[in-house]
Amino acid sequence: MALMTILQAVNHTLDQQMEKDPTVVVYGEDVGVEGGVFRATANLQKKYGVERCFDTPVSEAAIVGTAVGMAINGLKPVVEIQFSGFMFPAFNQIAAHVARMRVRSRGKYHLPLVIRMPYGGGIRALEHHSESQEALFAHIPGLKVVIPSTPYDTKGLLTAAIQDPDPVIFMEPKRIYRAFKQEVPEEEYIVPIGKAKVVKEGTDITVVAWGALVREVQKAMQELEQEGISVELIDLRTIKPIDKDTIIESVQKTGRFLVVHEAVTSFGPGAELVSLVTQNAFLSLEAPPTRLGAFDVTVPLDKGEQHYLITPQRIAYEIRKLINY
Amino acid sequence: MLTKQYDPLKKKQLQILDENGKIVAKDLEPNLSKDQLLKMYKTMVLGRVADTKAVQFQRQGRMLTFVINKGQEAAQVGSAAALEEQDWVVPAFREFSTLLYRGAPLYNLYLYWYGNEWGSHFPEGVKILPVNITIGAQFNHATGIALASKFLKKNEVVLTFIGDGGTSEGEFHEGLNFASVFDAPVVFIIQNNHYAISVPRNKQTKSITLAQKALAYGIPGIQVDGNDVLAMYVATKEAVERARRGEGPTLIEAVTYRLGAHTTSDDPTLYREDKEVEEWIKKEPLIRFKKYLIDKGYWSEEEDQKLQDEYNDYVNEVFKQVEATGFYPLEEIFKYQYAEMPQHLVEQYEAYKKFLEEVK
Repeated sequence: MALMTILQAVNHTLDQQMEKDPTVVVYGEDVGVEGGVFRATANLQKKYGVERCFDTPVSEAAIVGTAVGMAINGLKPVVEIQFSGFMFPAFNQIAAHVARMRVRSRGKYHLPLVIRMPYGGGIRALEHHSESQEALFAHIPGLKVVIPSTPYDTKGLLTAAIQDPDPVIFMEPKRIYRAFKQEVPEEEYIVPIGKAKVVKEGTDITVVAWGALVREVQKAMQELEQEGISVELIDLRTIKPIDKDTIIESVQKTGRFLVVHEAVTSFGPGAELVSLVTQNAFLSLEAPPTRLGAFDVTVPLDKGEQHYLITPQRIAYEIRKLINY
Repeated sequence: MLTKQYDPLKKKQLQILDENGKIVAKDLEPNLSKDQLLKMYKTMVLGRVADTKAVQFQRQGRMLTFVINKGQEAAQVGSAAALEEQDWVVPAFREFSTLLYRGAPLYNLYLYWYGNEWGSHFPEGVKILPVNITIGAQFNHATGIALASKFLKKNEVVLTFIGDGGTSEGEFHEGLNFASVFDAPVVFIIQNNHYAISVPRNKQTKSITLAQKALAYGIPGIQVDGNDVLAMYVATKEAVERARRGEGPTLIEAVTYRLGAHTTSDDPTLYREDKEVEEWIKKEPLIRFKKYLIDKGYWSEEEDQKLQDEYNDYVNEVFKQVEATGFYPLEEIFKYQYAEMPQHLVEQYEAYKKFLEEVK
């Protein structure tokens, strides 16, 4: 066991999987010599050589497109898009090819590849460095979308993603990359993709969150606990496929549902979850299933971002409204 | 034509003013007035001072992440000086002095990096697009502006920029090809500063020069000493005139060097040697231009010191104004998304205001 941040857990997991499986290759912009702009791939080139961990030209489409080819021909590429805001040149590859190779070839080809990318706001960043685009990926049939919120889950989920026979979009909440440490076992383990986690049991309301917002919900819960409100917090961990059973079971118990996400509200993951709850737990509901997402606006630069971010105060406010509905 | 004379395939590089401040191609020395030469020099000095101070402000926790321009002032100003009043600039994100030269107030440039969108709202008549962080997309915007100018007979030329790393993006190639096919009046400048964050130029492409990439698209390309402001001016001037005559785009590779980090978040000691930086400091653009101006009798060390002091105060003053802006009003976030705020945004705005009132 070692204490690790999320960032260290990413690095450790890549290292462990590269060591174990010689077909795992890691590449992207600045991931080799420098070890990534966040150092998520630090020392991997030194340890495994330039053929297994390398810097690429500034070519996101080629990074993802070559991963398709490599995955077809015997490798397990784990590629990095430096920031999720830079993934759009690769979106054609992701939507038109990564997601479709298995179905188009009727299983002749499949793509055991992972596309890692830091995402999310709250770091006072430049333009295109703060977005949460999980809904864009989740909307594409054929992709799995995973977002960890703890170092332990980061290792388990990234291990699962690398070993998954299908392509996984692995989104890393950069705002909490180094926010806290947690015990992470040295030996390999898996946190299954498609399985949510009940972080804390409660009786009055089910709150689903992921990534950096899990901690924000926890902060809200401290406040609410003193008011006698018992929140059941679920960390979704996998955006797609959604763990329907865990959520429905919880809502049937609590009777109330709030989903909180950093992504913009309209057509976002919250809509999907609210729909799921409405259809499957309708008779248990005591208040309308509700989403709290970001405003439907371009992420503001720093001098406006404080209004855009979902704060514990806003989460608590929404929860109180549903409790008092 | 310079682009014939300086064939990038033969690795010819245009230089007029060498690193010692001596004219090495007398017949190409541009006939610029004292006023224009001094305007160019002063802009480069202001760019350098503002850039250096921005890094200091960032270290003091007063500025956010800042893209560092140090060492690239000649490539940025020499090119800009070749434009006419009506022309456009479509930047990437490392053209600080270009924007200053073309009339962007320092206040705006600082405000943008300070995290306020108003920084990209340039005053009336300043034809500059907002800084573009997503690599390469600007090449097609520039081409579009140029084609509109051509179709609407506006007689405008567009100057656009990319870095050496950017030449690996698809949009770099699509932009060049598109502009070539339609003879768009664009001048494409590659600021080859030798690094795309940590990745050196020689790992970005196997092409011997970046200028030669023009040839594949059937347009002229030329490699220029990007730290030589006169060479940058002359090469861009020829390209601008060619574009204005309707003969299409030109690609200019400005060979320069990023003396600072990629941004204030970057640590270049991870990927390059100090020795290399020291070699490039000898070739940096301000010193040689100053020598040239002093030799011509247009400038003196005393005036130079005075200018430095003046700009130090000026930059401090502007940054104070920027800091005084603080956070902007909530309404700003919603107001500019569409011409008119749709219902869902009105509702989100109202609900949030209600929240702010209730939790106060």
